[in-house]
This record gives sequence, structure tokens and C-alpha cells, in this order.
Amino acid sequence: MVEKFDAIVVGAGPSGNAAAYTLAKGGLNVLQLERGEYPGAKNVQGGIMYAAELEKIIPDFRDDCPTERHIIEQRVWLLGDDSYIGTNYRSDAFNTDRPNRYTIIRANIDKWFSEKIREAGGLQICETTVTELIRDGSGKVIGVRTDREGGEIHADVVIMADGVNALLAKRAGYQPELQPQNVALAVKEILFIDPELIQQRFGVKEEEGVVIEIMGKVTKGMAGTAFLYTNKESLTIGIGCLISDFKAGQCPPYKMLEDLKAHPVIKPLIDGAEMKEYAAHMIPEGGYKAIPQLYGPGWMVAGDAAHFNNAAHREGSNLAMASGRMAAETVLELKAKGQPCTAANLAAYKAKLDQSFIMKDLKKYRNLPSVLHGNKQFFSEYPDVINAAAHNWFTVDSVDKKTKEKQIMGSFVKTRSVLGLVGDAIKLVRSVR
Amino acid sequence: MSHMVKIEEKLYQNRYIVDESRPHIHIRSADVCSGSCSAKPCTVCCPAACYTLGEDGGVTLATDGCLECGTCRVICQDNKNIAWDYPRGGYGISYKFG
Repeated sequence: MVEKFDAIVVGAGPSGNAAAYTLAKGGLNVLQLERGEYPGAKNVQGGIMYAAELEKIIPDFRDDCPTERHIIEQRVWLLGDDSYIGTNYRSDAFNTDRPNRYTIIRANIDKWFSEKIREAGGLQICETTVTELIRDGSGKVIGVRTDREGGEIHADVVIMADGVNALLAKRAGYQPELQPQNVALAVKEILFIDPELIQQRFGVKEEEGVVIEIMGKVTKGMAGTAFLYTNKESLTIGIGCLISDFKAGQCPPYKMLEDLKAHPVIKPLIDGAEMKEYAAHMIPEGGYKAIPQLYGPGWMVAGDAAHFNNAAHREGSNLAMASGRMAAETVLELKAKGQPCTAANLAAYKAKLDQSFIMKDLKKYRNLPSVLHGNKQFFSEYPDVINAAAHNWFTVDSVDKKTKEKQIMGSFVKTRSVLGLVGDAIKLVRSVR
Repeated sequence: MSHMVKIEEKLYQNRYIVDESRPHIHIRSADVCSGSCSAKPCTVCCPAACYTLGEDGGVTLATDGCLECGTCRVICQDNKNIAWDYPRGGYGISYKFG
């Protein structure tokens, strides 16, 4: 006899956990399946966690959630060959009882979240890969098949939160393959270091953290960004570029990461730290235009599997948690009304998404992916010429300031031409409005 | 800037539960790699260097260090020459930190 649940959630990442917890808390009989050895074993995040969405799901999460440091300072660096120019925002007002952003270690958060799901009555089974959806004669999803013996399980609805590869939806014909220009590959390392050194080098106290977001020469002209985050006793450093660019280039991702670590402005920050893990993960960056079908008869898709990622603001896990919660709430509302999970009824999920920051933000930046993909000057010429301009301006050498201004303006025009500069400005502004 | 990178040293830090003699990724046709695919982007893009150029002009795949990111499947979609699956439940990369 095949076992049947109210809902099956595939995957134990941020979206799957948010969905499973919300369903269990709502009193439904929910099964969550995870292919990893334990929750988090397959998950990779930078990682910054934004409190607001987790707070909606577990209001008192701060009581026992194993976060690392709350962020009090945000730096954005544009790297030259041996320099950076950038901005900082730091405020003591970020030292509140309820901080908004935390650095995290992904696996710690996933284990904690899974414990909450079990406490709420959800059943979670790890080491189980879901191989395909099971559909009835009408095409309605009625369950999943797993790689366990007799591994067929039925449910009224299946929420696919299986991550960026989204193999289940692809195999079912609900999604096309990811296009190389719509997905980035990021690699990262966790570097353990004496916390005292973190405090000294970044100018923070024990619980305080710093985020550095990085663009520039280190991606070798490819569309990509890098980051350096402070955890309690470790630093995470990573870099990612569009897969279309890696495909066209000749630089392996791990070499790019090594060049970043050796950069003269980065090296002193990570010096003496011990690397304990090397990870790689794809990031959906196609934005609004790459969002696939989000629901159908008996199924919904959430998180990275639904391409919910705001690359411009480096937000992903919050969109994942929000979409997982909304998928679960859609099911709870239908169950309360005694209505089945048909495609027409699950359209309420899409309506919730449309009303939320998820679709509003992705729509706002809908043209950004194609602009960045087609205009590599933002990742090559500009970092160069801006760093050189700063170097000129801050070198005091008896050249008069008017001449320096002319030299700097000339360097911009030489690099991009007047029309090119105006065009780039228009493109950038249009892509974010 | 050029730095010698030993990818093996990076992968050595990771925890893997290897499913002996059951690789989860396959090259469908060796002839496509050695023949029509001149660029062989998998040999550059794979973050774990699972794909290496052979002396015969072909590509050799060793999945033991695979990080299960999916990049190879995405870049090879025109040739459709990579059959990509997840490892069996519980096997493969097991991130301690992620």
C-alpha cells in the first residue's frame, strides 16, 4: 500500500524548510524529502541571511538560531589590478536587539530549521533522492518516486524546492534547461581564523560583522562579482560569473578564486587563515524573464528552482523562504476551504507572489541581466579607468588640478568615447527602473 | 597575476561519500568530445576539474570530486552529451559548512 500525505516537499533548503514548517505548523500531514546525508549537506550559500522573512515564519528565531555575526558595515569595492575604490556604510544603529542581516554558515541553519520542522510535527527523511513526479491519467501530480525500495509516495500536492538544477520540473517538462547566460557559477571557500584577528582586521566587536561585495578586474572581464564575509571564527570568500562567460573564457573558476585571494587588497585580510571547505553552486540570475511556470495540477515550485533570485541586490534565501511560505499558505487556505489542489486553485500562489516583493523586485530589474551580459565594459574597462582616475587624483605631484581633471576626463573618453559613456549611463539607468 | 592552483588540495578538504562504481554523471558519446566539440568547455568550467583532456584528444570524466553544481550539463546542452543525475540518496558531496 502506497503511503499518502497531505503534502510532499522536495528539498531541505530555505524554501523547502519554510514550506514544510508552515504546512506542519498549519496542522497538515507533511513529508519532506532531502537527498543529502543530513539537512544542509547539499546546500551552499554565501551567506548572508535576512531576518525579515525568517521572522515571519519563526518570530522568535533569534532565541536559538545559530547565526554568526550581525552586519554593521557594508562595503562595496571596485577592484583594479592592485587597488580598490569603494564605498562603506557603517552604523551603530545596526546594533539592535533585532538585527536585520546576519552572516551564517548554511549547514548550521538548515539543521536548526529541520529541528523546528520536526517539533512542529513534520516528517523529514534524508538520504532520499526524488527521481520523478508521479502523475495520473489526467496529468495531475499525485506523488513522487524516490530511489528507495518501494519508494513511491503519494500526496495531494508536491512542492518542488529542489534547488537551482530543478531536475524534477525539467524531467516533467515544466521547465526548459537553464541557459548559460541566465545562470552564474560561484565558488567559495571557508577560511578559519582566530576571531581576535577578525575583530582587529575589520574593526568590529565579537558579535559584529562586515560584508564586502566586490566587482572588477578579478573577474577578468567576465560578468561576475565576488564577496568576503566575516563569520564568528571564519571568513567566507567567493567569486562567481555567468556560465556563458566561463564557457567562452579560459579561466577555471578555482583559479579565479585563487587570484582573488592573492589580490593585494584582499590578501592581508585573509592571511594566516586555514581553508576547511571548498564549495561550488549555480545561482539563477536570469531574473524576471527567466521565471518558469510556477504551478500546475498538484504541484508548485519555489526558491531557486523557480529562479527566484535578485542578483542586483544579492538576495536569494529570503525570496526562497518567502516563496516556500506562500506555497504552503496556498495549500493551507485550499485545505481550509475543502478545495482540491487543481491548477486553477493553485493560481492563488502566483497571485501571492505577484503581490509580494519577490515579483515586484524581479520585475523592476527585468532588463538588468541582458544589459550586464551584453556590456562587459562594466566588468573590465570601468573598474580599470575608475581606479586609475582615483590614483591620479590622490597622487600629489605638482600637476595642477585642472590638468588632472582633463587627464581623468580624457581617460574616460578614450576608453568609452563620449557617446559610449552616455549610452552606458542610459543603459544602466534603464535597466534598474 | 598567475597562481598555480592545485584543485586536488581544495577537494581534499571536502567530505565525500563515494558511491563506488556508480558515477552519477556520464559522457554519452566519447566521439562527440573528441570529434565535433572543439572547445571542450567542460575541461575549463567544472569547478572540481572532473573533466580532463586526454592524450587522444578526448575527454575523461572522473566524478569522485563532483560538487553537484550542474554547470557541465548547462554548458553541454547544445551537444546534449552529458547525462546528469544526482547521486543516490546520501551519497556524493556532503558539505559540513556549505
